[in-house]
Amino acid sequence: MNGFSIYGLMAEFDSPQALLEAARRAYAAGFRRMDAYSPFPVEGLAEAIGFHGSRVPLLVLIGGIVGCLGGFYLQYWVSVIHYPVNVGGRPLNSWPAFIPVTFELTILFAALSAFFGVLWLNGLPMPYHPVFNVERFELASRNRFFLCIEATDPQFDPRGTREFLETTGAQGIYEVEP
Amino acid sequence: MTPNQQHDPAPPAGSPPVIEPGHTLGSITDKISSIVLTGRTPRFWYVGFALSFALVLLLFFCIAALIGIGVGLFGIMIPVAWGFAIVNFVWWIGIGHAGTLISAILLLMRQKWRQSINRFAEAMTLFAVACAGLFPILHLGRPWFAYWLFPYPSTMGIQPQFRSPLVWDVFAVSTYFTVSLLFWFLGLIPDLATLRDRARGRAPRFLYGILAMGWRGSAVHWHRYEMAYLLLAGLATPLVVSVHTVVSFDFAVALVPGWHSTIFPPYFVAGAIYSGFAMILTIAIPLRKLYGLEDLITMRHLKNMAIVMLATGMIVAYGYLMETFMAWYSGDIFEKYMMMNRMFGPYGWMYGLLILFNILIPQALWFRRLHSNVPALFAIAISVNIGMWLERYVIVVVSLHRDFMPSAWGMYSGTIVDYAVLAGSLGLFGCLLFIFIRVLPMISIFEMRELVQEEQARG
Repeated sequence: MNGFSIYGLMAEFDSPQALLEAARRAYAAGFRRMDAYSPFPVEGLAEAIGFHGSRVPLLVLIGGIVGCLGGFYLQYWVSVIHYPVNVGGRPLNSWPAFIPVTFELTILFAALSAFFGVLWLNGLPMPYHPVFNVERFELASRNRFFLCIEATDPQFDPRGTREFLETTGAQGIYEVEP
Repeated sequence: MTPNQQHDPAPPAGSPPVIEPGHTLGSITDKISSIVLTGRTPRFWYVGFALSFALVLLLFFCIAALIGIGVGLFGIMIPVAWGFAIVNFVWWIGIGHAGTLISAILLLMRQKWRQSINRFAEAMTLFAVACAGLFPILHLGRPWFAYWLFPYPSTMGIQPQFRSPLVWDVFAVSTYFTVSLLFWFLGLIPDLATLRDRARGRAPRFLYGILAMGWRGSAVHWHRYEMAYLLLAGLATPLVVSVHTVVSFDFAVALVPGWHSTIFPPYFVAGAIYSGFAMILTIAIPLRKLYGLEDLITMRHLKNMAIVMLATGMIVAYGYLMETFMAWYSGDIFEKYMMMNRMFGPYGWMYGLLILFNILIPQALWFRRLHSNVPALFAIAISVNIGMWLERYVIVVVSLHRDFMPSAWGMYSGTIVDYAVLAGSLGLFGCLLFIFIRVLPMISIFEMRELVQEEQARG
């Protein structure tokens, strides 16, 4: 924790607009290691704190391709190599008949990678996180909005950052224990 | 980010709102979560759960008997080797389709009214598919060998036949169940976090905490979450169409008159959505009444569902019409005989009831006045549920009982075990649904918060 005794400073807001505005100002003020918390997705908030480009679509694409090729190969291997059944001399690699299962497995693997991909990228499950040490934070899943500037940010200093957060119109500022 | 947030067309004048005014972020959260977090379980819950659990016990008894004695307890025989079990399978799996339609297709179409009904519609999908999956397994005769349907490194050196629609079905249904489960659970994670933060007891806090996996509503997390949710919706949309298509291939690929028909895939998918919407109405109407959710599941939802039912019902009617026309137009004597036998043969009364329940009664939905008449909508939904079951019975049993050779004809009827298993599956469905509404939020809380926020922003 770089010798800091706290995880960061957290400011509370009562509307998504106020949080979005504060996040933009914090980014403009040079803060980078921060996160915003809201009870529902707020458009533009992730971009406001400097997050760009999600890797979820790429993971899903890879999952889909793996499912597609793997699914077809599974059927090819079973029907042509491992357990060929001669049905009236028809071709063993009767690929049109393999399309439905290939399709289903494409969807299955893409969906599995979407689900587990988002959990993995988000670092969930996470049994402990310092933000929950703030008592008011339980309202982050109800009707309150929070911005937390972390102590590991190079610009962070306990007094200056608190003064900055006070100028954003926060309704409360809390120290987050690590 | 949410697709619903952009290009919101203003609701047509005079139509009821998707959410009654006066709700705030806090009140909506408290209202939905208190249904789950309350210590007092309402009396109707006990009554409903007890009744459905009694039917589940009947189902367990029948399953034990089927395993111990054999599928001879079913009415199946030659030529009707696919009896109630397959009828119920197709019926249940069709019911599931409406849940995916609401949660995925309406999400992609940016229909805001889906937000208060998607959660329990998805739950309904899961439970309906679970009930559906039971039937082919019981129908196998030796259910303990069900895993033979999957390709696995078998010591016997044998593998499934991938050219058979029955194997496609295994993959389609198991993929459908898995994807529906993932979609449903992903949607639940933020709400589980809400329950974790609002629960007062130690045990619920711990259990919801485990399930929420440490969700904290971070902006970056929401960003990835919405992307994944949208992608899952995009994946579920072609999947739901493929599932009932594959189910229809079970019939259409066979040569039996009444089954071998190219119209089956679209007509099955439309029928699936039709029966699913009927089932959602059947569940939503009592639920909103009993839990006082009329301000969240409004008349707008009921009206929209009624309209979807009418539209898909018309597609189904077109399917019946085309089947009849093609039987005549093909000039094939077996096809022509099949259609005459379906209408006027020994099971003709069933076809008559099917047309009555599935086509004639739902035409009442053309009357705008009925869209706001809740008991009438409920009655029509029940009629469609029955009608769709009869449709599957007519397709499965009536087609099989008289095919090409008169010497191979026979008469089929379900035994008491057939009826008991059908009733038991209804009990299982109800039981799962009652547990769900007791322990999980039946309306997506975070999506309702979004809706409240939008309403407030609009002023």
